[in-house]
Amino acid sequence: MTEARETHHGRLKVYLSYAAGAGKTYRMLEEAQHLRELGADVVVGYFEPHSRKDTIAKTEGLEIVPRRKVEYRGTPFEEMDTEAILLRSPAVCLVDEFAHTNVSGSSRSKRWEDVLALLDAGIEVWTTMNLQHLESLNDQVLQISGIRVRETVPDWVIKQAAEVVMVDVTPDALINRLKRGAVYEPGKAEQALSNFFKEQTLVALRELALRQAAHEVETRHSELSAVSARSVDRILIHVTSDPATAMLIRRGHRVSDYLEAECFAVYVCPVADIANLPAGEREAVERHLNFARNLRIETRVLNGENVAECLVNFARDQHVTQIFLVNPKSTARSPLLKRDLVSRVLKLAGDMQVIVVAERRLPGIPVAASDS
Amino acid sequence: MPEGRGRLKVFLGYASGVGKSARMFEEGSRRRTRGEDVVVGAVQPKSSAEIEQLLLKHEIIPTRNVGARSVIDITAILLRRPQVVLIDGLAYDNPPGSAHDARWQDVAALVNAGISVITSVNLQYVAELQDEIAAITGKRTADTVPKSFLEQADEIVIADVPAEEPRLSRLREMTMLLAAEVVERQLQAYLHSHGIEEVWGTQERILVCITPRSNARQVLESGKRNAGRFHGELFAVYVRQPKLSAEDQMALEKNLAIAVELGAQVEMLEGQDSVDVLIRFARERGVTQIFIGHSMRRGWWNQLRANPVERLIDSAEGIDVRVFPQEPR
Repeated sequence: MTEARETHHGRLKVYLSYAAGAGKTYRMLEEAQHLRELGADVVVGYFEPHSRKDTIAKTEGLEIVPRRKVEYRGTPFEEMDTEAILLRSPAVCLVDEFAHTNVSGSSRSKRWEDVLALLDAGIEVWTTMNLQHLESLNDQVLQISGIRVRETVPDWVIKQAAEVVMVDVTPDALINRLKRGAVYEPGKAEQALSNFFKEQTLVALRELALRQAAHEVETRHSELSAVSARSVDRILIHVTSDPATAMLIRRGHRVSDYLEAECFAVYVCPVADIANLPAGEREAVERHLNFARNLRIETRVLNGENVAECLVNFARDQHVTQIFLVNPKSTARSPLLKRDLVSRVLKLAGDMQVIVVAERRLPGIPVAASDS
Repeated sequence: MPEGRGRLKVFLGYASGVGKSARMFEEGSRRRTRGEDVVVGAVQPKSSAEIEQLLLKHEIIPTRNVGARSVIDITAILLRRPQVVLIDGLAYDNPPGSAHDARWQDVAALVNAGISVITSVNLQYVAELQDEIAAITGKRTADTVPKSFLEQADEIVIADVPAEEPRLSRLREMTMLLAAEVVERQLQAYLHSHGIEEVWGTQERILVCITPRSNARQVLESGKRNAGRFHGELFAVYVRQPKLSAEDQMALEKNLAIAVELGAQVEMLEGQDSVDVLIRFARERGVTQIFIGHSMRRGWWNQLRANPVERLIDSAEGIDVRVFPQEPR
């Protein structure tokens, strides 16, 4: 699904890596210093020092827009002051930690939304991000690291970026930096080494980052050359109230992205109005439809009692070529009913591919909070 | 890594001017400040002002010039015995009469002698990629480095900057994928040597089930297309069946030939229960998607009691199953 990149006035540049301490912010600041020397109007919109001396030194001489101070439930917080940056209206603005979630009560809930506002105002933005925050990789990152990352950025937002730069570093170097205390304070460093900074996790995330960066480069230059034939694939993702739906949406979305296929997320409602569903079920379905819409997937609600028939008829009408269903084994409830659905869709959809998606297997790693 | 061997670290870039050399010399300087004994064993013939500045901080063992070629002075380096030597530019052929034909072999000798080497190389000098690169740039290069040598590196890092030109973007993408491949090998090696259960999910791996009667071409072509889009791997697997008719045997061989033609890794497996055999293989290889064709809804799967596709789906914990249409469209 390559929707044409939206025409924001400002350019977006993303420094991508796979872990804290990889040097994204350092590299961004270094290039900003260079740009400033050339006379450009660069400001720092948000900078997270993490008490890293080398990085802090790189901000010297750069104008920093003061943060906005907010209080939430008696605790003071500091956020990027988007309105102040808009008033200051620089040519280029540096914004650390793209995936950050703003404190409750902020006018925009995500930092990437703040960034879109800056871009809309014609400001060029440079930002930093680890690939584990990319929505479509959420399940793979969980599989690799055992960590479910909560702060995510939808893929379409990254697609807005004119440039994605891979900030590469070897896990060895990263672990050394961590041990030297160059990334976190001692207590946090030890905790990180036993959780996220395990060598095999870092190596795997790095591979994922390199592959994602290659994909970002490919989608950008294939648009330029316009040689890639338009895909004929159309994908239907079956939405239910089942929690595994989120995983199914991500998977279908990722496949549609790589195959450049159109994508629908479809819920079959057994009653005339979705509002008449039991509250819990309605909320879950709406949450999933909303999730799909946030990923810019077209959603539909169909009415009917026979789910398999409804899905397949809709699919046929819409020239869908691939139907994505949750593997009955991955479902939280009524696996028997689900199994029945899979076999009935298989029977009816004789002319389409049916993809039965299973929840990924997890390594035996305890779940911990993640942060960059 | 055997005792006494040096470490090899490679900075890989897609073109000159992407910052490989600067990063290498910067790392050299950092190591020096941390007390490591670092020397420079080769510099590029033309250096930018930035590189000149970085070189001021380093001790240099000059290359020897033989005719128009410069050769790293292995003897001098071995005599000097630093902990780390920085070699800017790995892809140089040595002149006739040298100890080794190419500089990368000199580097291998240094590493074997216990000296760690940090070096820089441009993707365009990788031997195995010459055809692909020539198709993009129209140029080939005589002085190359084998890919296998880069794969043996203890560490490989890419130096990345955005590329304006589509041509360079393609090289940039290839660089990232080459690095990803090397990292994948390192990951497997690390997991094996530490006896850790595999961590999969970094790469898509597609397994196409082959049977005598399946519409193999359609499924394999789709498998190839998907694997290509994801830069993943493609397997074609056949579980041996007893007593194939002559006709089925011919059909099977034709299907396997298609798999080979499309570049799949073809595997013949043995076992009583085809579903079990397939799933076990898929687990071992970290397969993420199983593609099955229509005849598996019938044919030899009939010998099994339950509907085989459903049994496969049931057993495919952690793996997607893609069932293809019954009739080719």
